[in-house]
Amino acid sequence: MWSVMRAAGGLVLVMTMMTGVAYPLTVTGVAQAVFPWQAGGSLLERDGVPVGSALIGQAFSQPGYFHGRPSLAGTGYDAASSGASNLAPSSAALMAAIDQRAAALRQENPEAPHDVPVDLVTASASGLDPHISPAAALWQVNRVARARGASPEAVRALVMAHVEGRALGFLGEPVVNVLRLNQALDQMQPR
Amino acid sequence: MDANGLLTIVVFCALVLALTPLLGRYMTAVFDGQVKGLGWLERPIYRLCGTSADEEQHWSRYALSLLAFSAVGMLLLYALQRLQGGLPWNPAGLAAVAPDLAFNTAASFVTNTNWQSYGGETTLSYLTQMAGMTVQNFVSAATGIAVAIALIRGFARHSARTVGNFTVDVTRAVLYLLLPLCVVGALALVALGVPQNLSAYTSVTTLEGAQQLIAQGPVASQMMIKHLGTNGGGFFNVNAAHPFENPSALTNLIHMVAIFAIGAGLTNTFGRMVGSQRQGWMILTAMTILFGLSLAVALGAEVQGHPLLAAHGIDQLASPWQSGGFLEGKEVRFGVVTSVLFSIVTTAASCGAVIAMHDSLLPLAGMMPLLNMMLGEVIIGGVGAGLYGMMLFVLLAVFIAGLMVGRTPEYLGKKIEGRDMTLALLAILAFPLCIFGLGSIAMVWGQGAIQDAGPHGLSELVYAYVSATANNGSAFAGFSANTLLHNILLGLAMLAGRFMVIIPLLAIAGAMAARKTIPPSAGTFPTDGGLFVVLLIMVVLVIGGLTFFPLLALGPLAEHLTLAAGTLF
Repeated sequence: MWSVMRAAGGLVLVMTMMTGVAYPLTVTGVAQAVFPWQAGGSLLERDGVPVGSALIGQAFSQPGYFHGRPSLAGTGYDAASSGASNLAPSSAALMAAIDQRAAALRQENPEAPHDVPVDLVTASASGLDPHISPAAALWQVNRVARARGASPEAVRALVMAHVEGRALGFLGEPVVNVLRLNQALDQMQPR
Repeated sequence: MDANGLLTIVVFCALVLALTPLLGRYMTAVFDGQVKGLGWLERPIYRLCGTSADEEQHWSRYALSLLAFSAVGMLLLYALQRLQGGLPWNPAGLAAVAPDLAFNTAASFVTNTNWQSYGGETTLSYLTQMAGMTVQNFVSAATGIAVAIALIRGFARHSARTVGNFTVDVTRAVLYLLLPLCVVGALALVALGVPQNLSAYTSVTTLEGAQQLIAQGPVASQMMIKHLGTNGGGFFNVNAAHPFENPSALTNLIHMVAIFAIGAGLTNTFGRMVGSQRQGWMILTAMTILFGLSLAVALGAEVQGHPLLAAHGIDQLASPWQSGGFLEGKEVRFGVVTSVLFSIVTTAASCGAVIAMHDSLLPLAGMMPLLNMMLGEVIIGGVGAGLYGMMLFVLLAVFIAGLMVGRTPEYLGKKIEGRDMTLALLAILAFPLCIFGLGSIAMVWGQGAIQDAGPHGLSELVYAYVSATANNGSAFAGFSANTLLHNILLGLAMLAGRFMVIIPLLAIAGAMAARKTIPPSAGTFPTDGGLFVVLLIMVVLVIGGLTFFPLLALGPLAEHLTLAAGTLF
């Protein structure tokens, strides 16, 4: 029995050193040296000050910015507390929330078509989804243009320039990164 | 579903199939002791553990070593969580984890389940994540591989007393297989955007002037082993749906291939070690057919979208500008097809990572992950666990075939005897015992954890207990499992679901190794042909399906029918 326990204890010790300490530290060291930007969280800056991460959505509510998806991370886009609704498709509470979001969106976007793109009324899995679909961005163009006093055509062109296609041409879905789009918007037409 | 979705599935399957013989050959060499490049590192490890590479163990000794190793690992993990408040690498200043949650989490990671009653970024320090979680991610996976290898040796050897050396098998699995693949994979993930640092959480001022605190950490190193080892425990609360864990469809493809790679490769290792690769390919064929069926049903349900949304003025039609579909609990970059594909992969294997919230999948799409786990996760399955779990059904299939033709059943030249079948059934019974037994207790005293009303509420509770027993770890996460009762019951389910299967299987391995090999005769039922594949699939479906069908009927099937009729709860 002693020999079995000795083997178990020894193996746990060695594995903790190798896989728990050496492995993550080695990967951290190499990653920091070779891919410092990604390893540090893909932070985007304005005038040298970080304004967010290219991979993490943030809350937008002003009419002059494109809005992201409903978020249930903390109180909304809390990047230290990711979360989702986990509500069932048969949940009455979820359907009520969807109706409420759709009504609010229609009120803010009177020029947009009646049918709201589905990603704008459904909460994402992470609560930090940095993307919306191109359809959801195009749906908001008129509101953003009006709030900024810009031409809808110019804003639409900016959206189209920010549509990221599928990886390798077929993986995943086309997306628009909301933070990057809004940064570009600020550059094109400061408010 | 469009051509892009189909191509994604085809490319994914092709990558896994291409890797199978490569990894299969490599693992055969590793566990036969022919890969020696790190011998200088191996020898002192074995000396410290009081063993050597040549020392072999009887199955009972092998099992005892496994249990002792798991027990010590579990104690250490428990201690780390309880003491993290006073230990270094805790920049967020997180306090000690509560005892019942720490027990649940320790059981969860030692059994390769990675059920998470907690949210990573709000509960665990970097030290606990690295020295606790990451370590168990490696060694619980290595343990699963070791058991599979011991079982294969049982079939491959004859008139032998031993099945290998546990310490040596685990060490080699980590040194030669898991660590190298993880270092390369983790760096690839960083290149594609996954963070890897030990800095404090980053505070930024957003474009609208609000403060946002961005949680980070050594994410990439944990991501790679979490998927390669089919562990599934996320760095963050929402697991691989978090854009830092899984920033793009490309990282997602790496994750999915990593989940299946070793499990699929082991079927080839099995074939090689028993002297007929065809035997391995037949098992993989049965697995692939079950995978295809499962994926087809789930996709068929989810791509149609939510039956009630259109009437509410919501546009969920697929177009070049949106994936469409019901996107509650899904990420835009993955859309419907990739999300469903991942949900099937993660539950076919015993991974349990998620990129979409399974709780919000449409009823029939949510049913398939549940069914995959109920079948015992034998579709590729957990690393090692998938193969040894499938072996139970293989023995059962061979036994039934033997009964039908009235001859003593045999497999790979070994006669299957009454004692083997008793042991196999004992292992198979662990599932209904935990799911119905512990699940019933939870149903009576733990209903408060259920979030949704109606049939979906039943699905939530059942999913938790199936996931724990099957050592999967994914959840219908609306279920608030972090209560004293559920933490303890689910912890027990995970331990029973792991060790009640492993111990009988090692006993079978020992019995097979000791037995003589007999040459095939005219009455031998061939196990390397299509007939066997069909029989095996039927056995898997009948055992899993019939045992648990009532739960499916009262949960997801009832929800599907009522939702189609327009009923909300």
